[in-house]
Amino acid sequence: MFKKLNITCNQATTICDKSQYGEASFFDKIKLQIHFIGCKICVMYTKQNVLLTKLYKSKATNTKRKQDSLCMTHQEKEVLRKELEKQNV
Amino acid sequence: MSSPSPITHTLDPAKWIDNYSDYLFRYTIIRINDHEISKDLVQETFFSGLKSAKNFEGKATERTWLISILKRKIIDHYRKKNSKKGQAEVRMNFYNDGENEGDWIEERVPQSWDSEVEKKIENKELQHQIDLCVDKLPKKYAMVFRMKTIQEVDTEVICKELGISSSNLWVIIHRARMQLRKCLEDNWFNN
Repeated sequence: MFKKLNITCNQATTICDKSQYGEASFFDKIKLQIHFIGCKICVMYTKQNVLLTKLYKSKATNTKRKQDSLCMTHQEKEVLRKELEKQNV
Repeated sequence: MSSPSPITHTLDPAKWIDNYSDYLFRYTIIRINDHEISKDLVQETFFSGLKSAKNFEGKATERTWLISILKRKIIDHYRKKNSKKGQAEVRMNFYNDGENEGDWIEERVPQSWDSEVEKKIENKELQHQIDLCVDKLPKKYAMVFRMKTIQEVDTEVICKELGISSSNLWVIIHRARMQLRKCLEDNWFNN
């Protein structure tokens, strides 16, 4: 039982990453908390990771806002139209 | 009583540009984040569509059919050997064998950030820096990271689309985030 709760820093940081997306299981989170007791490095990694998540979330919001206007230019479409007509004979 | 015959869809290549180019382009650019490559993949999709039009059975809509072609093109793209972008090697941050297996490698231990980091996060240029750092990742990592973190697509959907397992996805996300963290740290946080 105790062995199962014992995880490496590699596993701890993977769980930490997973939990940034709200997808770490309850058991995973317990293992992470236990790991934190003896590992201050992973505590710091987690704090920094939370900040990065905040940053990525704002990036996600900005990207999605701009997304609808992403398209090929009129000129690019016309070039493509001609190419397609050539092929479609 | 016989059941009504299902609707059969048809192809109309003359209208593809008007009807689907924006949709296909957007689908691609949010995964690839490169205007030129996205444009090329859309073009290749239309060409492949024309070539295989005779195989179209009319069961799916024209758009669904074109998207299925495009999806294969995107997967081929990210499987191709990394060219200029995405050359950065994936750094090992943990020992992968011996008695220290899974521990931080000393010189890769995370360092504390200066106290200004929280303020720096608000900076708009940093948003651009994220793109530069993501572009340095191997293509597959970049695509998985973008889909999961920036587009916030469900894990299941990404796994299905890219043909990977969920544990595989989390390993990729973990390594991508590690690498990005280092890149942002070098270019921004510790400047």
